[in-house]
Amino acid sequence: MSGAGINKRRIAVAVARKDLTIEWNSRILVNQVAPFAAIVMVLFAFALDNDGILLRVAPGLVWLATLFSMLVVVQRSFTVESADGALDALRVAGVDMGAIFVGKAIALMVQLFVLELMLVATAVVLYGVEMTLAGFCEAIVTLVVATIGLGSVGTLYGGLAAGARGRETLLPLLLLPAVAPVLIGATRATEAAFGSGGTTVSEGWPWIGLLLVFAVLFSAAGTVAFGPLVDE
Amino acid sequence: MAGQSGTGTSATRRLGVLVIFLLATLALCGLWFSAEDVVQGSTVRIMYIHVPSIWTAYIAFGLTALCSGVYLSGKNRSLAWDRVAGASGEIGVLFVAVSLITGSMWGRLTWGTYWVWDARLTSTAFLFITYVGYLAVRQLGGTHRQRARRSSVLALLAILEIPLVHFSVTLWRSLHQEASVANPNAKVELDGLMLFSLFLGLVAFTLLFVWLVLHRQRGMMLEDAFSDRGLDVAITARRNEAGA
Amino acid sequence: MEHASFIFGSWAITAVAVGVYALWVIRRGRELAKHATREEMPWT
Repeated sequence: MSGAGINKRRIAVAVARKDLTIEWNSRILVNQVAPFAAIVMVLFAFALDNDGILLRVAPGLVWLATLFSMLVVVQRSFTVESADGALDALRVAGVDMGAIFVGKAIALMVQLFVLELMLVATAVVLYGVEMTLAGFCEAIVTLVVATIGLGSVGTLYGGLAAGARGRETLLPLLLLPAVAPVLIGATRATEAAFGSGGTTVSEGWPWIGLLLVFAVLFSAAGTVAFGPLVDE
Repeated sequence: MAGQSGTGTSATRRLGVLVIFLLATLALCGLWFSAEDVVQGSTVRIMYIHVPSIWTAYIAFGLTALCSGVYLSGKNRSLAWDRVAGASGEIGVLFVAVSLITGSMWGRLTWGTYWVWDARLTSTAFLFITYVGYLAVRQLGGTHRQRARRSSVLALLAILEIPLVHFSVTLWRSLHQEASVANPNAKVELDGLMLFSLFLGLVAFTLLFVWLVLHRQRGMMLEDAFSDRGLDVAITARRNEAGA
Repeated sequence: MEHASFIFGSWAITAVAVGVYALWVIRRGRELAKHATREEMPWT
């Protein structure tokens, strides 16, 4: 029993490492996704041509840019698999799909986390956000918890949409409604961390609770549902 | 002619006649006989279709989830469960769309605006999009078993997703506006005939839903049978339809 | 009746949406049934 547990953990780590190695070698995240996210932030500044408004809506923009970039990252994460039928090969070999889910989700979370750090930094620089130390800690906790939720849902629906005709359009349709609670929770928590709109740091913690519930529920559901969803 | 040539039986035909009769009665009661509301005036007449359609949508999505659960848990895994789930989901999407449209028209009259960012409205819109996604996943292709498995899992995930969305949207609204737009139904003082009309609407729409599901899942059964046979009759049928 | 256009409009939208869908379901069923064998239609 414990042997199987260790085995699953090993599979998850191996899958995560493999995905991150591929990413590291191709540098798509750094060379393409991150510039895309940055240009989105700049475009927001063009569209909302007002310093006061920008400061007020900066948290929302950070998370919107995260969601849009996430679509690209998720699709890429599964193009890698379906291109050479790697996922099918693993299934045929009887590898535990829950473990594969955990591995792919971890790799996605790492990439998202890097992306979010960069976006928050962009907001600080471009939009003139100022943070206290407590706000900074809260922002980091928000990023971590929200990323766990996003990574789980992203992997789950990404696996479903992979290999399907019209996946580019199917993925946002499934993913964006599902991550609405993360957008709401993470934006409010980040607002509290940034202190935008006169909010205080303490107002953010209940929203982090919401993010935590989301993360727990969807990482559990993902581990169970991933196998049946990506079947063949 | 109509007898055995389609998805109908004598039972569904009798049910269909009953539904038409009930809907006609509903129109008479709701639009003509029933009194105007003291507060809302004549706009209350929209309620007799708005409330039954969202009610039907809830029943439909409930049935979709139920059948999906039965499909995944059952030993023999009959595709019939999947087809009922799919038919029900399709009809649910139709009725959510109808209730969103009629609801926003009612809102225009009572609140002065087509849309308010009220928690219930917003999560209903998410409900709609979620099940549009469900229908899209059913169209993904592959074998019937794949479709059934994918869509059943997705329908159960929706059960997880919808309360979370509703909860977070409620939190979001409670932060920004204390006095949220009140439930329009709450302001209505229903007298006897109005209550009867509303009740009649619920019964009529529920039976209409049953009738639609019966027909639609039989149609889906035929679609499945034809794609098993490798015949592309479905396409020809659609073409004929477009030509006619 | 006050607001008649909105009230009748909402009833009409509902009727048309549901009616068109019901008609589509029936016609599609009939079209498919033309090519079906008895075994494929267990309800008959």
